[in-house]
Amino acid sequence: MALLHTVNKSPYQCNTLESCLQHVGEGDVVLLIEDGVYAAVKGGKASEMLAQAQGVKICALSADVKARGLTGKLMDGIEVVDYGGFVDLVVETDKTQAWL
Amino acid sequence: MSDVKNFLYVNRKAPHGTIYALESLEVVLIGAAFEQDVALAFLDDGVFQLVKGWDTSELGVKNFQPAYTALGDYDISKVYVERESLEERGLTEDDLIEMTYEDEEDDWAEKSSIRIVSREEMAQIMRDADVILSF
Repeated sequence: MALLHTVNKSPYQCNTLESCLQHVGEGDVVLLIEDGVYAAVKGGKASEMLAQAQGVKICALSADVKARGLTGKLMDGIEVVDYGGFVDLVVETDKTQAWL
Repeated sequence: MSDVKNFLYVNRKAPHGTIYALESLEVVLIGAAFEQDVALAFLDDGVFQLVKGWDTSELGVKNFQPAYTALGDYDISKVYVERESLEERGLTEDDLIEMTYEDEEDDWAEKSSIRIVSREEMAQIMRDADVILSF
């Protein structure tokens, strides 16, 4: 029973990522979209939170990464997916929780 | 006494996720057209507005980043960026776009508009402004 969690808010403005990471389970996927992608910037405080998430796949949406000039700035272990990859994640998981 | 006031535009939001960054730019340009003394402050998530290399093609929205680099042509020469906000977000000055102006008092030499300031200095800059507009 895997969940897809989407996070669309900056972790520096909102506690949605923190709340999300407190609710993820083994095998879940966290997909960072919109301002949520800022969490994955290497060296940022929020990246430490992501690094501690065990047994969870962390993804970031490429269109949002590119739009913000973050290509090449992301921490290791982040899987960058395009819109098609987003759809695949929705299909592969049982349901989606959007942390708005 | 002249009627020129110093305006400080405080930017605290990331671009794209909300409309604040774009709206701020619009208002800055209006203020500059009225020949006021304009300064910009970028702190908290606002520093993300200046991270270079935007490619918004897949988002289907306009890339308004070039507008920041044009601010020098509107005599905007003071762009304050808070160091602590950059550091917390894993960024350095090297990650930022170039913003320049031509210094009238130095034979129109091209100089950087960006001034990295501490949180304490930013607090003072806010106190010193005649008018603050917050975004």
